[in-house]
Amino acid sequence: MTGYLLEISQALMALALAPGLVGFVRWWKARLQGRRGAPPWLVYYDLRKLFGKEVVISKNASWLFRFTPYLVFSSTLAVTLLVPLIAAPLPFDRVGDLLLVVYLLLLGTFFLALAGLDPGTAFGGMGASREMTIAAIAEPTIALSIFGLAVGAGSTNLGRIVAQTLAHPGAAISPGHLLGFAALFIVMLAETGRLPVDNPSTHLELTMIHEAMTLEYSGRYLALIEWAAALRLLIFFSLLANMFAPWGVATTLTPVAVSVAVIALIAKLGALGLVVALLETRLAKLRLFRVPELLAVSFVLALLAVTSSFLLR
Amino acid sequence: MMLILFLVMISAYLLGAFAALLSGRGAVGRGLVSAGAAVGSAAGLALGVLVIASGFPLTFTSARLLPLTGVALRLDGLGAFFLVVVGLVGCAAAIYAFGYSAQYAGRYSLRLLGVMFNLLLLALSLQVMADNALTFLVLWEAMSLTAYWLVLTEHDQRGTVRAGVWYLAMTHAGFAALIAMFLLLSGAELTTSFASMRAGAALLSPGSRNVVFLLALFGFGAKSGIIPLHVWLPMAHPVAPSHVSALLSGVVIKMGIYGLVRVLLDLMGGGPAWWGGVVLGVGAVSALLGVLYALMEHDLKRLLAYHSVENIGIILIGIGAGLIFHSYGLMTLAALGFISGLYHTINHASFKGLLFLGAGSVLHATGTRNMEEMGGLIKRMPWTALFFLVGSVAISALPPLNGFVSEWLVFQSLLGGSNIPTPEVAVVMPIAVGILALTSGLAAACFVKAFGITFLAIPRSREAEHAHESPPSMLAGMALLAIACVALGLAPFVVVPALGRVLAGLGGLPDTHAVFSLNLSLVAPNNFASMSPTLVALGLLFLLGLVPLVMLIFRVNRRWRVSDSWGCGRAGQTSRMEYTATAFAEPLRRVFAELYRPTKELSIDFHPDSKYFVQSIEYRSEITPWFEKVLYGPLLWFIRFVASLVRRLQSGSVHIYLFYIFVVLLILLLIARWS
Repeated sequence: MTGYLLEISQALMALALAPGLVGFVRWWKARLQGRRGAPPWLVYYDLRKLFGKEVVISKNASWLFRFTPYLVFSSTLAVTLLVPLIAAPLPFDRVGDLLLVVYLLLLGTFFLALAGLDPGTAFGGMGASREMTIAAIAEPTIALSIFGLAVGAGSTNLGRIVAQTLAHPGAAISPGHLLGFAALFIVMLAETGRLPVDNPSTHLELTMIHEAMTLEYSGRYLALIEWAAALRLLIFFSLLANMFAPWGVATTLTPVAVSVAVIALIAKLGALGLVVALLETRLAKLRLFRVPELLAVSFVLALLAVTSSFLLR
Repeated sequence: MMLILFLVMISAYLLGAFAALLSGRGAVGRGLVSAGAAVGSAAGLALGVLVIASGFPLTFTSARLLPLTGVALRLDGLGAFFLVVVGLVGCAAAIYAFGYSAQYAGRYSLRLLGVMFNLLLLALSLQVMADNALTFLVLWEAMSLTAYWLVLTEHDQRGTVRAGVWYLAMTHAGFAALIAMFLLLSGAELTTSFASMRAGAALLSPGSRNVVFLLALFGFGAKSGIIPLHVWLPMAHPVAPSHVSALLSGVVIKMGIYGLVRVLLDLMGGGPAWWGGVVLGVGAVSALLGVLYALMEHDLKRLLAYHSVENIGIILIGIGAGLIFHSYGLMTLAALGFISGLYHTINHASFKGLLFLGAGSVLHATGTRNMEEMGGLIKRMPWTALFFLVGSVAISALPPLNGFVSEWLVFQSLLGGSNIPTPEVAVVMPIAVGILALTSGLAAACFVKAFGITFLAIPRSREAEHAHESPPSMLAGMALLAIACVALGLAPFVVVPALGRVLAGLGGLPDTHAVFSLNLSLVAPNNFASMSPTLVALGLLFLLGLVPLVMLIFRVNRRWRVSDSWGCGRAGQTSRMEYTATAFAEPLRRVFAELYRPTKELSIDFHPDSKYFVQSIEYRSEITPWFEKVLYGPLLWFIRFVASLVRRLQSGSVHIYLFYIFVVLLILLLIARWS
C-alpha cells in the first residue's frame, strides 16, 4: 500500500518539479550569458496563465488536434509512474520496462507530429517532419544504451537496473556505463529539443523543430503540451541520473530514506540542469542536416558500450 | 466438431466460388460470393482455435477422402495457427469485398474475381494442412496462380500486366527451388509424408542439409518478399483490388514464413548457427531497406507494400534469433524467438490487412492512390480515418497496440543474445537491436506521413474534397481487423501461451506455454524483463479520463473558438501552402542520400524581362531503384540473351518439334542405359 502511495506522490512530485526544472535551466542560462533572467518560477505562472486562457482552434483541424494534448500529457505522466525517481523497486516496476518507457514517449511524439500536420500550415508540417526524422535516428542509440544497461544489470526493468548498480558500485565506472551515459546524454539533448539540436527559446524561425509543431496550440492545450515537455525533460534527466548514478534512491520505505532520496533527486536534477545550461551557452545550434552526424556519434558510443559490456562480462 | 468445421469451411469456399461462376454481379451475386468466403474463413478460424486449444492434431487419411491421389492433410498446432491468420484476414476481406467490388460491375470481370478469391482462400486454408510434399507443392502452385489472376483483375490499368508478369516469374523461380528442396528432403519420392521426412532429414549429409536450407530460404523468401527477392511485391500488391491486396500482404506472403518454420524447424529440426545468422541478417536488411523505400513512396498502396517487406524482415529477425539460440541448445530463448516471430506474423496480418482495406476505402472515395492529392479525409471519412489511425499506431509499434507487444518480444529475444557462449556470434545481436530500433522509428515517421498527409489538413484536390464515407460492409471489414489489433495488443497473456503450445515439440522445443506469461504480464527468460501491455493500456485510459476531470475540478478555462490557422499575416490559406508528402520525407532523403542517390531535375521559366519574376517551376526528383538496376538488370539481360539463342530452335514446324522429342528421348534412354 505504501508502495502505491509512493508511486502517486512520485508522479505528483514530478509534475510539481518539472516546470521549475525548465525555469531553473533558463535562469542559469541567462545568468551565464550575463543577463538577469526571469525567476525560475515564472514557468508556473505561465502555465497558470495558459490554463486560464481561451483556446483558439484552426478551422482546418480535426478531433485529433484536440485529443493530442491529453494523450501527450497522459502518456508522459504514465512514464513518471514507471521511472524510479525516488525509490526502487516500485510496485509498477513489473508493469513496464525501459523499452516501454521509450515507446510511450514515442507515442506522444507520434501524435504531436500528427497534430502539427493537422492545421495544414507549412510550419506545422516542417516541425512534424523534422521531429520524426530526429526521433527515428535517435531510436537506435536509445535501444543500444538500454541493451548495454540491461546486459550489465541482467534486466531491462528500471528498478532492477538501479538495484544492481547500487549493489555493485564498481559497475558505475565501467567503460560500458560511461560510454552508455555519454550516448544517452547526446540523445537526451535531441529528444528534449535542447541545443545543439533544437533551440527551445526560439519561436518563429526556420530552424525550429518542437516549437514549430506546437505553433497552432493555445490556452489549456498549449499548457498541457508545455507541461508534458517539461516532464519529458525531467524524465530524461532522472533516467540519466538514476540509471547511471543511482545513489540516494531509497531502497527501503522509511521516512528518512525517502526524504534523502527526494533531496538527492533534486540535487541531481539541479546538477544536470546546470550542465545543460552551460552547454547551451557554449554551443551554437547545428544545422539540421548535421544533427544525424551528432546522433551517429552517439550511436557509435552506444555500440561501443554494448560491445565492451559483452567482452568484459 | 472439428470435422464438421472442416467440411463447412471447404464447402463454403466452393459454394462461394460456384456462386461467382453462376453470377458474380448484382447485390445477390456479390453477397453470395462474400458470404461463402466469410463463412469459410470464419469456420477456418474456429477450426484453428479449436485445434490449438485442444492440442490434438486433426488428421485426414487420404485413402478415405481422395484415394490414389496422394493427398495427405493433417492439421497440427503450427498449421492451426496459420489457419487462424488466414481466417481472420480472409473473413474481414470477404465482408469488405461485398461493398468494394460493387464498383467493378461492368468494368471488370466480377465472376473471375469471385471465383479466384474463394479459391485462393481455399488453397491457403489447405496449404497449412498439407502433410506431404506433393500436396504442399500442388496447393502452393494453386495459391500462386489464383493470386496471379487476382492481381490481374484491373488488367487495363497501367503497370498491372507488368506487375503480374514479375510476380509470376519470381514466384515460379521460388517454386522451382521448393521442388528441388522437397526432392532432396523426401529422397525423390514426393508422396513421402512429413513424418518420415522428419526422420530422414536427420540422416542427410551436412552438405545436403545446407543445400536444403538455401533452397528453402530462396523458395520461401521469394514468396515472402525478402530483400533482394522483393521487387515484385511493391508492383503486384498495389495493383490488385484492395481487399485482395489485404489478403496478399496479410496472408499470402506469410505462407513463406510458414514454410520456413515448417521446413527449418519442424522437418529439419534446426541447423547450425549460421543458418540463423543468415535468416537474421536477411531479416534485418529487409526490415531496414523496406521501411527506407516506404518512406520515399507517395503511392499509398505501394507504401504499404514496402512496409510488408519491412515487417517480413522483423518476423525473420525473430525467427533467425530463434534458430541461433536453437543451435546453441538455449531452448527457452529459442522458443521466445520463434514466438516473437509468429506473434508478429498475426499482428502484421491484422494491421496490414486493416491498412490495405483503409487505403482501399480512400481509393474508392477519391479514385487515386497518390497521397499528394489527398488530405482532409478525416472529416469526410471519419470511420475510415479512425481505423486507419489504429492500424498506423499498431504498425509503428507504439503501445498499447499489438505491434508494440510483438516488437517488445523480438527485442527481448535479441537481448537474450548475451547468453550465447561465443562472443563473435553474440555481437550480432546488438547490431540487430540497433537496426530494429531504427526500423521502428522510421516506421513511425512513415506513418505520420501516411496518415497525416492523407487524412489531415485541407484537401489537396477536388476528388479529396468531395470524398464520401464507405458503405457499411467495408467499414465492418475494417472494424473487424481494428478490433483484432486492439485485442491482440491487450491479450498477450492468451496469445503467448497459445504460441508456446503451438511450438511445443517442433525441433525439440519445450512446451513453453506457461513460461513467458505471468498473470497479466509478459516475462522474458531468467526474469530478464517483464511488461504488461494490458495494465499499460488500462493506465493510459485511466489517465486520459483523469486529466480532463482534474482540469474540470480546477476550473480550467473551457471556452474555445474556431478561427483561421495562424499565417504570419497572409490572408487566406489554400492547400498549396501545406506540407506535402515529398517535403515531409525530404530530411530523411537527405540523411540517407547515399542509399537513395536521388536524381533532381529543376527547370525554371523566368519572365523574359527580369529573372526575379518566375513564370513556372518544374521540379522532378526520383530515387535510384538499386535492385531493379544493379541486380535484376543484368539478370534480365542474360535471360533475354539466352532466350534469343533458344528462339533459333523454335521454328514453329511440328516436324522439327517431333524430331526434338525423339532426340531427347533417345538421349534419356542412353543415359538410363549407362547409369
